[in-house]
Amino acid sequence: MPAPVITAVDLTKKYKDFTAVDGISFEIAPGEAFGFLGPNGAGKSTTMRMIGAVSTRTSGELDILGLDPNQNGPEIRSQLGVVPQQDNLDMELRVRDNLIVYGRYFGMSRADCARKADELLDFAQLSDRSKAKVDDLSGGMKRRLTIPRSLMNDPRILLLDEPTTGLDPQARHILWDRLFRLKEQGTTLVLTTHYMDEAEQLCDRLVVVDKGTIMAEGSPAALIAEYSTREVVELRFGSDRNAVVAAELEGVGERIEVLPDRILIYSNDGEAELAEVVRRGLEPITSLVRRSSLEDVFLRLTGRSLIE
Amino acid sequence: MTVLSDTALAPAEQARAAAVRPRRWGSWYVAEHRIRAIQSYYKTLLFTAIGSPFMYLFALGVGLATLVDKNSGGAFSGASYLAFVAPALICSAAVTAAVEECTYPILMGFKWNAIFYGMNAAPLTGRQIVNGVFLAVIARILPTTIIFFLVMLVFGAVPSPWGWLNVPIATLTGMSFGVVIASYMATVETDAGQPAFIQRFIIAPLLLFSGTFFPLDSMPVYLQWIGWISPLWHGTQLGRDVSYGQVEPGWLIAVHIVYPLALCVFGWVRTQQVVTKRLNK
Repeated sequence: MPAPVITAVDLTKKYKDFTAVDGISFEIAPGEAFGFLGPNGAGKSTTMRMIGAVSTRTSGELDILGLDPNQNGPEIRSQLGVVPQQDNLDMELRVRDNLIVYGRYFGMSRADCARKADELLDFAQLSDRSKAKVDDLSGGMKRRLTIPRSLMNDPRILLLDEPTTGLDPQARHILWDRLFRLKEQGTTLVLTTHYMDEAEQLCDRLVVVDKGTIMAEGSPAALIAEYSTREVVELRFGSDRNAVVAAELEGVGERIEVLPDRILIYSNDGEAELAEVVRRGLEPITSLVRRSSLEDVFLRLTGRSLIE
Repeated sequence: MTVLSDTALAPAEQARAAAVRPRRWGSWYVAEHRIRAIQSYYKTLLFTAIGSPFMYLFALGVGLATLVDKNSGGAFSGASYLAFVAPALICSAAVTAAVEECTYPILMGFKWNAIFYGMNAAPLTGRQIVNGVFLAVIARILPTTIIFFLVMLVFGAVPSPWGWLNVPIATLTGMSFGVVIASYMATVETDAGQPAFIQRFIIAPLLLFSGTFFPLDSMPVYLQWIGWISPLWHGTQLGRDVSYGQVEPGWLIAVHIVYPLALCVFGWVRTQQVVTKRLNK
């Protein structure tokens, strides 16, 4: 395995009386798409800011491209592209100018900035809006503009903090497609998300984080294989009956989770379990057999759903 | 050292090389960005920069002056009221412009137009961001004061050949106000009308009681301290010294120079500290 581009050992960030990141350790290989999957408040963004060399760690070790962010913040940041959780484009400037001023921050010449801006606006399918004021763009377009901006310096590592939160499905797919292309070109992607489908689609490997700690690590498929069954049966009996019915489901499937709105039966053969439920004379209002997802992994690990 | 570790070092060396220019020129890149943003409303600025000196000099230096000059009894070291009031007006124009650029842009840079975080995610440091913002403020108020001075010349308000020094003096006065206010604005988390408060309850009173329209010593003694703490009074006095040869003792002239400079240094460094701390969450 080539030398990792990011290595964290016991990485910790504390604010006064609150520990946001509680001693996490991980390694990210060059060219890898690595994800932090967890609910809001899990410490994902704090971790990203430490990797982004803008937030000083409280303790632990952090090595990015062979440098320590405490000493070499600007050096590390010269190699990063950052898509922040909250857009920080300059609303007073036009779309293309936003990219140009950003390229200048990396010491690029004005001519290089202009050339690169046009190329990337094309890549992000925003060429026709290049003269528009950022303030006039839709939320989705603003989000999309942060991608070309983050690529102005041809980053080695692209950090994406909740890149598709708030986007409509179409805009999400455009963004995912662009990220796939970057990955194909060898850019290391580090992203946080609380969307399991995003994590499954984009990540080679991910860590499940909750309350500042890492609960599990692996590829999406490996995590599902380890912490869940192949299939899941979702049954809804109405919110007041779910708990009552659950008692009568004893012995069905490998494991049962009772949530406020539904019952989940974990099994390698969902259809068979559903048939058994019907045979026992239980009549769910709705039923669904599906493949296990990272959501089920998270539920198994923490006892809670990802999006609450 | 083995060949393997050489290749492992390569990215670090590349990063060091890539950061040389941003480390050296980062402040200029920020200034460039801010000037580009200011340019988007340059027409308004230009209109104000040309219109307001004409308006003030005509109203006070010509209109009011006809009344004052008859009754002044030599209160202005023998100069006309126009020559007396002009250095004060150019300083207040610089102060107004500086305060404008040091309130909302600082507040917004962390919030509604959170460009500071974007700059900091790139190789730029908090210190460079502050340097760049302040350089852009200088770039904004320097033309304002130059235009104001040219209009003063048109009105014949500058008898002395050293009068052009009013331009750097007014710029310094504006900056000494601006950076101190910026150091406060950088700490503001939520906008509860602080910029308007500063404008109404700090800038406006200082404008009235800094020996602007009448000599400071013609005010009651218990109000004169306002002038002493106000960089506007010091700037204005200095402007009068160079404009028409108002004579002041050397130590006082030194105070007029050192005090605004000290405020500049204090405000500049303080803003750097506050911004750096705030960016590092």
